[in-house]
Amino acid sequence: MFQPVYLDHNATTPLAPAALAAMLPWLDGLCGNASSRHEYGRRARQAVDEARQRVAAAVGAHPTEVLFTSGGSEANNLFIKGAAASLRPGLVGVSAVEHPCVLKPAAQLQRLGWQLHTLTVDAAGRVETDDYAALLAQRPGLLSVMLANNETGVVQDVAALAEAARGSGAWFHSDAVQAFGKLPLDFRALNAAGVHALTLSAHKIGGPKGAAALLVDKRVELQPQIAGGGHERGLRSGTENVAAIVAFGVAAELAAAGVAERAQRMRQLKNRLESGLTVIGARIFAVDAPRLPNTSYFAFADIDGETLVGKLDREGFAVASGAACSSANPEPSHVLRAMGVAPEIARGAVRVSLGEGNDEHEVEQFINALRATVGRLQGLTAMTV
Amino acid sequence: MSYSVKVIDHYENPRNVGSLDKDDSNVGTGMVGAPACGDVMKLQIKVNKAGVIEDAKFKTYGCGSAIASSSLVTEWVKGKTVDQALEIKNTEIAEELALPPVKIHCSILAEDAIKAAVADYKKKHGE
Amino acid sequence: MKLPIYLDYSATTPVDPRVAEKMIPFLFENFGNPASRSHSFGWVAEAAVEEAREQVAALVGADPKEIVWTSGATESNNLAIKGAANFYAGTKGKHIITVKTEHKAVLDTVREMERQGFEATYLDVQENGLLDLEVFKAAIRPDTVLASVMFVNNEVGVIQPIAELGEICREKGVIFHVDAAQATGKVDIDLSKLKVDLMSFSAHKTYGPKGIGALYVRRKPRIRLEAQMHGGGHERGFRSGTLATHQIVGMGEAFRIAREEMIEENNRVKALRDKLLKGLQDIEATFVNGDLEHRVAHNLNISFAYVEGESMIMAIKDLAVSSGSACTSASLEPSYVLRALGRDDELAHSSIRFSIGRFTTEEEIDYAVKLLHAKIQKLRDLSPLWDMYKEGIDLNTVQWAAH
Repeated sequence: MFQPVYLDHNATTPLAPAALAAMLPWLDGLCGNASSRHEYGRRARQAVDEARQRVAAAVGAHPTEVLFTSGGSEANNLFIKGAAASLRPGLVGVSAVEHPCVLKPAAQLQRLGWQLHTLTVDAAGRVETDDYAALLAQRPGLLSVMLANNETGVVQDVAALAEAARGSGAWFHSDAVQAFGKLPLDFRALNAAGVHALTLSAHKIGGPKGAAALLVDKRVELQPQIAGGGHERGLRSGTENVAAIVAFGVAAELAAAGVAERAQRMRQLKNRLESGLTVIGARIFAVDAPRLPNTSYFAFADIDGETLVGKLDREGFAVASGAACSSANPEPSHVLRAMGVAPEIARGAVRVSLGEGNDEHEVEQFINALRATVGRLQGLTAMTV
Repeated sequence: MSYSVKVIDHYENPRNVGSLDKDDSNVGTGMVGAPACGDVMKLQIKVNKAGVIEDAKFKTYGCGSAIASSSLVTEWVKGKTVDQALEIKNTEIAEELALPPVKIHCSILAEDAIKAAVADYKKKHGE
Repeated sequence: MKLPIYLDYSATTPVDPRVAEKMIPFLFENFGNPASRSHSFGWVAEAAVEEAREQVAALVGADPKEIVWTSGATESNNLAIKGAANFYAGTKGKHIITVKTEHKAVLDTVREMERQGFEATYLDVQENGLLDLEVFKAAIRPDTVLASVMFVNNEVGVIQPIAELGEICREKGVIFHVDAAQATGKVDIDLSKLKVDLMSFSAHKTYGPKGIGALYVRRKPRIRLEAQMHGGGHERGFRSGTLATHQIVGMGEAFRIAREEMIEENNRVKALRDKLLKGLQDIEATFVNGDLEHRVAHNLNISFAYVEGESMIMAIKDLAVSSGSACTSASLEPSYVLRALGRDDELAHSSIRFSIGRFTTEEEIDYAVKLLHAKIQKLRDLSPLWDMYKEGIDLNTVQWAAH
């Protein structure tokens, strides 16, 4: 069967063979309920505990700092709403380029009497230091700034931002879903700098969908958002998804172990891709900021992103226009808008996110297909004008 | 919950299960705990003229740790004087059986059972 | 025969091999994110998610548009209760009715609502575990916003009169939520007839994978909810978060199998359960907990008097069963469900839940019966309470020195 070239790894990744192998025994045959005290239950509990250790070890955290959730969205919701519920309503600050599963819970807090400060970013997608300083001066209770952006790949200097916030008394959270596996990640070091919580997700690192983690400093008092049964130290109830958690453990280990080499390889591929893009005349977003080694976000003048990705799909290349989660939304990307990109250009945005399976040959093929497709579309545009 | 090897051994091969004649003047009977709490221990000691416990029997309704704790104390009290038996501390029982924190109450109950049995014996002897 | 024998199908079920087979391609070659609208990886995943939604809807007589995916029944219960109570508090009021024998996922959620200013009534059940309709009716107040009653109890397996309760709720304008985690594939559920507004489902109690569940949200008359998980606006805004395609596909297949095989399977399972019951009934001083008639075929909950539950679990470690609910098994408290049925602490402590399922064999039941006879005898020989019972002492008249 013809298999398209997959260039959308920031949306989700194929399962790593080792993660699949670790997962299958828990899907095929009897996997107990980890709360049951009999042998099947104890084995399940042990598997969950081991996975917790693996995830913790992969990012330099302590196993008791790892809370498993059903996904990154849940983990982000849990931190923002859960930490806010333990505080007196105050000021919550999030960057304008956060994923909706940070932006929306933060906006929700306004109903509980919180004030929301949306941090502006510069043209390169980085949090503006003046605005950030102004926010800190107002002593926020909660801050959330993502480590790396899912669309642009822009990496924020989270350690420095957290360090600056230390005196403010705020709990500082960072969504590291896109950074994990692409950049070295050390919760202990970040925690020392003042980061109190991180969100990780399995399906962005070669693990399965349905498992994620919130790493959280135990000083942060969280209120559970899903009640009943008292799983995950009472902070997240619900029968543990043993198979997915086990596979997450393996994927996390792999993601951490190969990160330097992977980043190097991705960076080379991306450089090759972007030199091609430049030749064709693409505008690459956030080129002036440090970015994830695998992510390239670009647009062509007068070419609609939706149309372009549709054509590319027919050519056998799976890429994204805008973020996967808001793909149903015809509005241009909120990330690009926050960076001050004009709507007509933002509408052209296409994201290529590379993964372990990609190679130079595929990148070359992609550039060729893109050149041809763009040429045709521009020809059409010229004719219709 | 995982039990220690010693708990499992006492549970599977409980020592000194049974009853002594509670009306015998040389027998002290202690019954502690309550069904509502999930454990009841009955410990009986038979004391000779020298004041030494020469036999001990138990019956226990309770979890594996409760059964093991009572089985263990029947072994420990034998050969001791009643006053020496009173010196057995729950911490020693818990340590010997490697009881987890949630099971410490079983060792406390076993210590209480010794005290109750000795008290019953002493009462019979007008002490 | 493989030991320990698994008789804990109410805690979780093995994934049916047919289900696993359907899931695996969605872990590997069809790994796309169903929210990816720009390429075939996403479309294939989305189509699979929608097919599964139809399969889940078909089992319970719902429209696929009424099915919202969640991470499991616990989340479904939280979403239903918090989501509906908060949405309708302003118009209907802030009083919630539930039952003392509900799962913790419901009870803890209702307690949380109480902390947020709602009032709650926790109804007693009858000795057979069933809710008295008159008691239910009497509890409804003008400001009652929502009632939550489980379809099938997880510990004793009794089936509540959901159809009748639904009629009462609809008449009184009370939103009716039903936790059906233990009911799918066990009892007939037809939401086109039942007057239920919200219903929670779990895959892993019906031979599907863990980590996936669903909430039925009625469209006619339309029930609205405040979302509890915010983000990309998945599931029509009811529940954000990337859909776990393989798990959803697994739930769909599990529910398809349940629909096709339910009648036959329940007959087979009931025969095994009755065999087990018959084999245990001749043990002196044993009591079945919960009504035997209004009960799912696979559950048997028995108290063996004068034997403590945990020591029994240890004695019968060749049987994987549970004493009390799986979710509370870390606690030393006797089962609150059995307490609500009026069982005293001692009988609650000596209860065992046997739950039989798709892969249970007759040989396994025979083995279990034999083992239980021997072990209960052994433990009773160890039990001072058994001696007292044999001497004719009423344990309730004894002054216990509680510690």
